[in-house]
This record gives sequence, C-alpha cells and structure tokens, in this order.
Amino acid sequence: MQPQALTGGFTDPAVQSAHAFRSVMEAMARPGTLREISGAEPPAPMSRAAGAVLLTLCDSDTPIYLAGAVDCPAVRNWLSFHTGAPLVGPAECMFAVGSWSDLGPLSIYPIGTSEYPDRSATLVVECPQLTASGAILTGPGIKETAALSLPELAAFQDNRTLYPLGLDFIFTSGVRVAAVPRTTEVS
Amino acid sequence: MKNGFDENADRKAWMGLLAKAPAGRVATLLDAAMTRPGFTWLRTPEIGSAMVRARAGATGAPFNLGEMTVTRCTLKLESGEVGHAYIQGRRKSDAEAAAVVDALMQTGIADRLRAQLLEPLHDELSAAKATRAAKAAATKVDFFTLARGEG
Amino acid sequence: MYVAVKGGERAIENAHAWLAEERRGDTEIAELSVAQIREQLSLAVHRVSAEGSLFDPDLAALAIKQARGDLIEAIFLIRAYRTTLPRFGFSKPVDTGVMTCDRRISASFKDLPGGQVLGPTFDYSHRLLDFKLAAEGEVPEAPSQEAEAGDVPHVTDFLNREGLIEEPPHGDTPPPDLTREPLEMPADRALRLQALTRADEGFALGLAYSTQRGYARNHAFVGELRIGSVPVEMEIPELGFAIEIGEVVLTECETVNQFKGSKAEPPQFTRGYGLVFGQSERKAISMALVDRALRWEELGEDNIGAPAQDAEFVLYHADNIQATGFLEHIKLPHYVDFQSELELVRKLRREAGTDQVQEAAE
Repeated sequence: MQPQALTGGFTDPAVQSAHAFRSVMEAMARPGTLREISGAEPPAPMSRAAGAVLLTLCDSDTPIYLAGAVDCPAVRNWLSFHTGAPLVGPAECMFAVGSWSDLGPLSIYPIGTSEYPDRSATLVVECPQLTASGAILTGPGIKETAALSLPELAAFQDNRTLYPLGLDFIFTSGVRVAAVPRTTEVS
Repeated sequence: MKNGFDENADRKAWMGLLAKAPAGRVATLLDAAMTRPGFTWLRTPEIGSAMVRARAGATGAPFNLGEMTVTRCTLKLESGEVGHAYIQGRRKSDAEAAAVVDALMQTGIADRLRAQLLEPLHDELSAAKATRAAKAAATKVDFFTLARGEG
Repeated sequence: MYVAVKGGERAIENAHAWLAEERRGDTEIAELSVAQIREQLSLAVHRVSAEGSLFDPDLAALAIKQARGDLIEAIFLIRAYRTTLPRFGFSKPVDTGVMTCDRRISASFKDLPGGQVLGPTFDYSHRLLDFKLAAEGEVPEAPSQEAEAGDVPHVTDFLNREGLIEEPPHGDTPPPDLTREPLEMPADRALRLQALTRADEGFALGLAYSTQRGYARNHAFVGELRIGSVPVEMEIPELGFAIEIGEVVLTECETVNQFKGSKAEPPQFTRGYGLVFGQSERKAISMALVDRALRWEELGEDNIGAPAQDAEFVLYHADNIQATGFLEHIKLPHYVDFQSELELVRKLRREAGTDQVQEAAE
C-alpha cells in the first residue's frame, strides 16, 4: 500500500470524529442546513467533507460502495486503512459514495425491512456545489421550509413514499455537508 | 524462513513473531540492540478487537467464535520506511516497539536485528512451546493389551 | 410503568464504598493480584473468556477480581467492555488441525495416530480434598518426555476415508454475527454455534445431559477432544496479506453420533461440534451434544419435541447475561406497577364480595 493511503486521516481521532459526528447529526436533524465538516484529507477525487463523513461513520461493519470516479485505488486504499470498511456492490452496501449520476439507479440500494427499517443505505452524494437554494424542503426538523440545491426532485419524492423504509442522503461539496433523510418532503 | 512461493513470507514471519512476544520483551531486545530511530505516527497505537472465526466440524463452513483484544499502530521512520504492528492484547508500548522493528527490518540494519532480536525471540517462544509439549508427551498413554482369558 | 425516584444517591454511594471494602475482605490477609488470579484460577478465567466472548486472560482476571468471584458478573463486565472496542476485522478461520495440544483424547479410537495425551486433567484424580494445598508449598516440576514433532491429525479424518462419517459442508460464506445483528429464527448452524460457544455453561450442560437421558437421544461418543493453542491469522488491508496476530487457547470436541439414515441421508455417523475459548471440556462436550441435537431438521430426523431440539428455546435462553438482566430487573423499583396491581386485587375482591365473606368470618 502506498504511503499516501496512510496519511490524511484524523490526526486527533477522538476530538475530530466527535466534531464531525456532531456536524452530520445536526445536518440530518435539520434537513437542508449547511454545515462545515473537516479534519480529513482524502485522495482526489473525494471531497474533504465526504472523507470526514466516512471516517466518522464507517468501520469494518459498514460496507461501502464506491460509485464512478471515486472507485479508484487511491481512495480504496485510503478507506481500507482508515476505516477498515469492506468495499462492496450497491445492493450490499450500507454507505454509497459518488456523484449523483454515478450513484443511480437508486432502486438497487437496500431500503430496510419492516422489522428493521435501519438496514438501509445512506448515500453520500458528491456535488459540484451545495447551496441553500432550489428545492423546497419540509418535514420533521424543518421549522417552516428549507431550500437545498438538489440534483433532481422525483427521486426524493419517490423515496419519501417508501417511509418508514427508504434511503437517507448526505450531500457533500468541498468541506460543506447537508442532508435529506427519508422523512423530508421535497417540492 | 524464506519461501520462494510467497514474497511476503519473511515479513509475515517476523510480524507474527512480534505479535506473540511476551509483554515488554520486544522493547527490551530492541533497546539492547540499538538506539531507537526517530519516527512519526501514521496511526497512533489503538486498542480494539478481532473477531476470531472457526469452522463447523473443524473443516466446514465458518462461524464466529468470539473476539480477542488486539493493539495496532503504524509509523514512519525518518528514513521513510513504514512499520505496522498488530499484536495480541492491550499493549500500546509493545505495539510501538513491534512497529519500529517492522520498519527497521526494511532497512540495512535488518540482518543485525534478525540476529539480535528476531532469532532470540523465536528461540524463546520455541523453547516455551517445547517445554509444554514435553510435559504433554509425558502424559501420553502407552496401551499394552492384556492377554484375554480365552480357552 | 416506572416513576423516577430520587433520594437514593447517598445510599448508593455508601453501598458502593462498602462493596469495595467487602471485596477486599480482611486486610490482615494479603490482597490477590490480577496476575495471581490469571495464573492460579485459570479455569475461571477461561470460563469468563468463553462466555464473555472475548479472549484476554488479563481482562478476565481483572473482571473476576472486581466481581468478587461472581463469574456471571465478571462475564457481564467483559461483555460491557467488549462493546467499547473498535473491531479491526475478523480472522481467517482458525485451523485446529495445527493446534499445539496439551491434551488430546478419543473415546472411540484407542490407537489413534499421535496417541492419547491426557494433559493436565482432573479425570483420574480421586476428588478427595487435598489438605496439602491448604499449606503453602512449592510444586515439583511435572515430568517431561521427548515430544514427536508435527501436527496431530483429527480422528474423524480416519472415518472420513471410509466414507462412514458425514463431511461437514464446506464453504466460505461470511457467517452471521449475533454481536452485530439481533438473533433471528430460523438460525443457521453458524449462528447456532456462535450462540452455543458463548452460552452459559450450566445451561448447556443441562441441555446436553437431557439429550443423554433420552430427550432427543443421539448416541454420542467423543470422537476427539483436544485442548491447546492455535495461532490466529488476520488479513491486514494495508499490508495486502495475512499475518498471525496472536494465539488463543481452545477446547475442541467432536462427537461421533450413531445415525440410522433418513430419507435424505444413508446410514453413517454424524457429528456434533463444540469449540470454546480456554480449557473447558465440560462446555465443549455439552456444546457438541446440543449442536448435534439441533441438527435434527437438516438430517431429516424426527422432532420429538425435546427441549434440545428447539432452536428457539435453546438459543433465546442460553445467554446468561440476557437471562440475568431480565431476571434481576424485577428487583428494581416497580412501586407504581405494584400499586395498580394492589388496586386491581382490592377491586376484584370487592366485586366478588370476598371482603364481606371475610368480615363475616371474623
């Protein structure tokens, strides 16, 4: 394994992962709000935000699917060393990472079972930019409405109909992170 | 220890040996052999577990038997070599010493370390095993068949 | 319904302080060190490792000290600690064929290659209290003899050659893990074996005994019992190959069971399997018997309704931490619950006129 894969993890794991976890949790709890998340220096083309999300949430028990350009040796090795997460196909994953077009079609990801709705995938969507504009979000965790630059509407509206099953989405761009859980209505 | 079929056989052997060394032993041998080189951490020593698997009926399908504690770390010498350690138990300073040795074994000093650290360690572990095996051998049953009362 | 009751803090603190003092016992007597427990109460340490599902003799010894020798409490401490550990991965399946055996016996084959090695066993001791142990003293070194080199083959391999014993189905499907996913029925053999290896020894022993007494009788012989240490090898992603990360002590029991054949299988011997952390042959034999009883369905045997055949009954009640957690919770405050029950009983008695009858009697 190249030494490059061995660097770029959290330098102070206890503190940095706690901060990153807080950011992800806040983003999930308040859909559409933008947070900054840092501490990770993953190899290109993965964003620092996506890297920090994966370092925080993934370990050897959380299989990851790398979609498209992020599925390269540098990223694979980096994730292996820092998280130990197995790399799998989309149907077996708990987390998937990639651009919106590389991640599709969404129908292949696990959406949970009625006994265990949590056995579903979380998609980390790498975006060219992430702004508080565009689609209108309502639902739990949103006082009135929020806005987020989503890549499309239909996929999120379909996902909402699966509730309590369904996928959860984390959007990353640079060091920014936002989230749309399955409870959010998108219009 | 060299094996023509497995280019990693040598490193596998020394890492396995370092993992099984008694507490403090690698550090003692290392410090007796040389002054430790400078290094930077790529992964500071952390304690975790490994799930030990076994096979149903010894040779069948795998199942999870239970976990064991493991300490691991990764470091980089100033000269650039990267050393890893995965050792049994909760032993951070032993993991550090093991990773230093793993890195040094990739340098010009390897032969000296082999003679002053790995070989003595190997001999100590073999001797301990041999002592137990000899005690087990002394409890081996020698059956002798008694003449059966026939006729 | 639970109602928060405040005011117990000082009582709890004082109870803990007294517990610590009682744990220490008479200070005129020397304190036990963790190393002493590890070395001199090693079978208790092994039981805590097996049922705590974590092989770390030092930690198990510490847990026994902290629990004042209450092994289930010690197992609870180990299970709780285990959940705090990040898991680095899983090992390659250990190869018990390369075990360095301290003990290795067969009840089915007298002249097995490699021989019958008794090891440090209680078996032929007279079970008479040894008052010499009450006085401290040095133990003479056990005799030794030159050992044969090489691995010791499994006994069942010999029966295998004749095709007289079933071959366990091979495979490399990643096994389910009940420490990660809740136990669900139906449980496949891999999941059953995981649950049994960490099961309460007493529960496993009782069930195994029930099969011998006729509840799902399966005529078990100990094909082989071995105790010793095996290396544990794990794939290291950053290296790209597997290395040995340590050694664990294991007890393995393979039973050979009579089997008259069924619609699915010809007459042959079948097997039960027990494998447990540490030196614990009572547990390993029990596990093998219960494993075999639970296999009735795949072998096409009749379910005679015996407890040891009922996977749900066995697996849901085998874990002593789950069991003790639920059992002991009823000693925690249920004041409001009980108050409502009391009201109900009074009401029912009023309705049934029981009160009047009693009053009349008085």
